[in-house]
Amino acid sequence: MPILEGKKVTKYFGGLAALYQVDFDINPGEVVGLIGPNGAGKTTLFNLISGFLPITAGEIRYKGKKINGLNPNQICRQGVARTFQSTKLFAGMTVFENVLAASLFGSKRTVSIPEAESETLELLEFVDLLSLRTMLAKDLPIAYQKRLEVARALATKPDLLMLDEVMAGLNPVEVVEAMGLVAKIRDRGITIFMIEHVMKAIMEVCDRIIVLHHGNKIAEGKPEDVANSPKVIEIYLGEQTHARSQ
Amino acid sequence: MEGFNVITKKHFIVGGIFLILILLFLMPFYAKPYLVISLTNILMYIILTVSWVIFSGPTHYISLASAAFFGVGIYTSALLGKTLPLTVVVVTGGFASFILAFFIGLLTLRLRGMYFIIFTFSISELIRHSLLWWETNVTGTVGRWVVMVSHNTVYYIILTIFMITFIIAYIIRRSRVGLALRCIGEQEEAAIHIGINSTLIKTFTFAISALFMGSTGAIMATRWTYIDPRIAFDPHLSFMPVLMAIFGGTIHLYGPLLGATIFAYLEEILTTKFPYYYMLLFGAILIVVILFLPHGLFGMIQKRLKGGPK
Repeated sequence: MPILEGKKVTKYFGGLAALYQVDFDINPGEVVGLIGPNGAGKTTLFNLISGFLPITAGEIRYKGKKINGLNPNQICRQGVARTFQSTKLFAGMTVFENVLAASLFGSKRTVSIPEAESETLELLEFVDLLSLRTMLAKDLPIAYQKRLEVARALATKPDLLMLDEVMAGLNPVEVVEAMGLVAKIRDRGITIFMIEHVMKAIMEVCDRIIVLHHGNKIAEGKPEDVANSPKVIEIYLGEQTHARSQ
Repeated sequence: MEGFNVITKKHFIVGGIFLILILLFLMPFYAKPYLVISLTNILMYIILTVSWVIFSGPTHYISLASAAFFGVGIYTSALLGKTLPLTVVVVTGGFASFILAFFIGLLTLRLRGMYFIIFTFSISELIRHSLLWWETNVTGTVGRWVVMVSHNTVYYIILTIFMITFIIAYIIRRSRVGLALRCIGEQEEAAIHIGINSTLIKTFTFAISALFMGSTGAIMATRWTYIDPRIAFDPHLSFMPVLMAIFGGTIHLYGPLLGATIFAYLEEILTTKFPYYYMLLFGAILIVVILFLPHGLFGMIQKRLKGGPK
């Protein structure tokens, strides 16, 4: 059974269909990439899954149970965590407090404060931010902020983690580090659904890729198949015939 | 010889607080009635400010509904004061405000920023004008008498409410609810995505802060003996807690305490010495604080003590 499945997921903003009858499923343990040009509806899909936006039509199921209609905090407690395209940290709080809060509130059962504290330290170690734990989140460089957001999402003890462009704005060295982090998270048994523009990362890390364009799913498959698909090349680079005719 | 170094700064502070509390409790025995009365007034402002800070401090939701909650307490006192014992009236006043705040919270806490400020202000104006309309057109009499109580009783009840408010504010600040409130204030969207039920926490805290305002209103009403909607829901009391909190600084709880004390004392002096200029002087002081002390008075003191920012 897929851990997450979407059936005819549709979202209208006024008259504009940001997503139109998108079907998808994600299996436990997979790393699935979500790509597409700007405005394709990728972040909208994440917002629907995390409950931040109400769905117009269709259904989203997590572990077989319908989750659309729930609030983001309920969905988080079921085990779905996410990061944001432009980081949304608790800027005036310390690195430690950012993760601590997620650890305290993010899971279904009640977590005691000492328990949350030790978990926070463990996660900060995991993302290599332990030495910066007393710094304010807003004072971190962007690459560290992105890692902190990942740690905060992990602190809610998810089974499914949605990463929205964690590698955007990173330099090549940092991208490699981030790829390593994604692999490490997968090794913890967490399923990953990630939006990414850095193709190198997508190709290497993902088991499967879903391509969105103008709110429709236009391709899906193994990374190399998707990369060679004429349809995908067309939407990213434009039609070949045009190039030749001009 | 361990005994020498055991008295730490913390013990010193706790001891100091105890001493002040004892002095405050014995006040009616050694001080002039005037001092007791003006201290009651100062404590009223402190309670309003500290309870305002419980909610608005960490969340940055600026509420201008304090007058509404205070006024509900006043009216509870006017309606029930003749039939019920004083403590019951005070507690009822608090809970009436709690319930009102809970429903206002459910309605308005979806709004943010400016919209929230305007809405809370309008709510308290709406209550004031509706009551006035009701009294003029339906009951036919504007205003009510409130049962009078001795100054010392008022003082002791206010002092008790103050201590409870301060302790609750401290506990909330240190608890997981306090952390959740700060998360909401910093980045609400992220807060709900890490499992914080922001609607519930905001509504509940908002109602708790109103509880203290309401009970304060209920006891203060007995000092004024006559009240009407204009007195009970005076918008002045919505603005003062905000100004006092800004003046003192909201990073620590001592900030609002200090801000309210000085402000209320200033008001006392300025209204008697310079009745025509006191608002003007207030304004000037506030501008100076906002311009030069972004973390308020207490923020500045702390900076001086520690020799560095924060």
